[in-house]
Amino acid sequence: MERKLLVILAFAASTGAAAAAEIEPSDVSYVDGSVESSLTGVPGDADNGRAIVGNKGLGNCVACHQVTDLSEVPFQGEIGPMLDGAGARWSEAELRGIVSNAKMMFDESLMPSFYKTEGFIRPGKAYTGKAADDSLGPLLEAQQIEDVVAYLTTLKEY
Amino acid sequence: MKRLTVTFTAGLMAATLASADPVDDTLVLNGETEIVTRTAPSPVVADVLDEVISGWHYRGTETRAMQADDFDNPGMIFVEKAEDVWNASEGSEGKSCADCHGASEEMAGVRPVYPKWNEEAGEVRTLEMQINDCREDRMGAEPWKYTGGDMVNMTALISSVSRGMPVDVAIDGPAESTWEQGKDLYYTRFGQLELACASCHEENNGKMIRADHLSQGQINGFPVYRLKNSKLNAVHSRFKGCVRDTRAETFAPGSPEFIALELYVASRGNGLSVEGPSIRN
Ligand code: HEC
Ligand code: HEC
Repeated sequence: MERKLLVILAFAASTGAAAAAEIEPSDVSYVDGSVESSLTGVPGDADNGRAIVGNKGLGNCVACHQVTDLSEVPFQGEIGPMLDGAGARWSEAELRGIVSNAKMMFDESLMPSFYKTEGFIRPGKAYTGKAADDSLGPLLEAQQIEDVVAYLTTLKEY
Repeated sequence: MKRLTVTFTAGLMAATLASADPVDDTLVLNGETEIVTRTAPSPVVADVLDEVISGWHYRGTETRAMQADDFDNPGMIFVEKAEDVWNASEGSEGKSCADCHGASEEMAGVRPVYPKWNEEAGEVRTLEMQINDCREDRMGAEPWKYTGGDMVNMTALISSVSRGMPVDVAIDGPAESTWEQGKDLYYTRFGQLELACASCHEENNGKMIRADHLSQGQINGFPVYRLKNSKLNAVHSRFKGCVRDTRAETFAPGSPEFIALELYVASRGNGLSVEGPSIRN
């Protein structure tokens, strides 16, 4: 009983802390397209980031990018550059900027802005074709962005 | 920084182009009618496309072959259904399409010029709008649902008798403002993914987006029999799906926006042969 309660308390404390430190999409500060500080203060989990990059329902990055490390994921797209070596080409801050809002790094980029909630033309409610309501959140949550960034920094090889 | 990426992308493109290029092939219908599936761009797109290419070139060998022979083309079953409707009297006037227009073959030359300005109505009309106008005003019949089965079958019939004729929609004169509106829509980056028609079909045609081989998004082949849903699909249904896929609030089939977009997209394909009903994934 006591142990269970402790676990719950610890969980509440950790999520509470993360929520408090989390930077909202509209508050992210970009310098030359980069974002210096973590969006959550919690280190990213590269394994989880790897799953997000390959998952159709999450990042779906492979719709547009090829990643050799994710060779088990079929049908990788070729709209954007191959991500092999991304962790060597870009710093962590640059990668955080690119994933959060690539248009800050690359003018007019085709790459969707994954941590942005405003400024869209006719935003929809996910893929329903209906209008978005107040619940419109970013494409990825703050911690998911950190996880993806952590994964990208591991892609050192070309 | 940007420059580096661009060079890098170009390198990658060179490496993958071989696999993703539109296929080099020619479409001859039923062994007799040559279909123009690639042609020089009309002035509308001369500054953005080197060549205008039908979606047929981006599909697999078997899909392409199915379209070459009417016996293999499942879309033709719906054309036959529409032929029956063409000849059937309906509505308070007790008239059929054939009573006013004669045989369905008489419709040859109609599909290539739609959407088209209608002087009396003072509006740009799609083929669907014209069909419903005939039903309501001349036959005294109920209008069909814009993308419903009866409607899409009838557009397939009317398209089928023009196969091989070049798409030739007029964009000047009174249609110009509608065309301009369509062009604006084509380049607007809609939805949470902020993608325009041009993002996929102009800037990236020939490349893979996940499992899909991106074509130029031409509409000369509509209505399209899709293997994916085993039915004929109207052009506005396709527009709706593409807009929805940008995580946007779509426009309705038959809306002023999609009528304008249809005129503009059709004009991007001026010079391609009418192909409908075509077959796609
Ligand atoms: C709709 C297409 C699209 C999607 C989806 C997409 N990207 Fe991109 N991405 C691009 C394009 C195009 C570029 C090239 C930059 C430019 O010029 O716009 C790019 C550039 C990048 C770069 C810099 C590339 C380099 O190595 O030089 C990284 C890193 C990146 N993307 C990561 C991601 C991640 C991670 C995701 C998913 C969370 C993602 N992308 C989703 C299109 C996309
Ligand atoms: C995110 C990418 C994307 C965007 C944005 C997009 N499309 Fe598409 N579209 C596709 C894909 C994928 C297909 C199926 C493969 C193909 O034919 O290109 C397709 C197919 C089509 C087709 C069928 C072509 C054929 O030969 O059967 C048409 C027409 C079309 N799109 C028009 C549009 C228009 C108009 C817009 C803008 C309102 C648009 N698309 C926006 C991805 C997109």
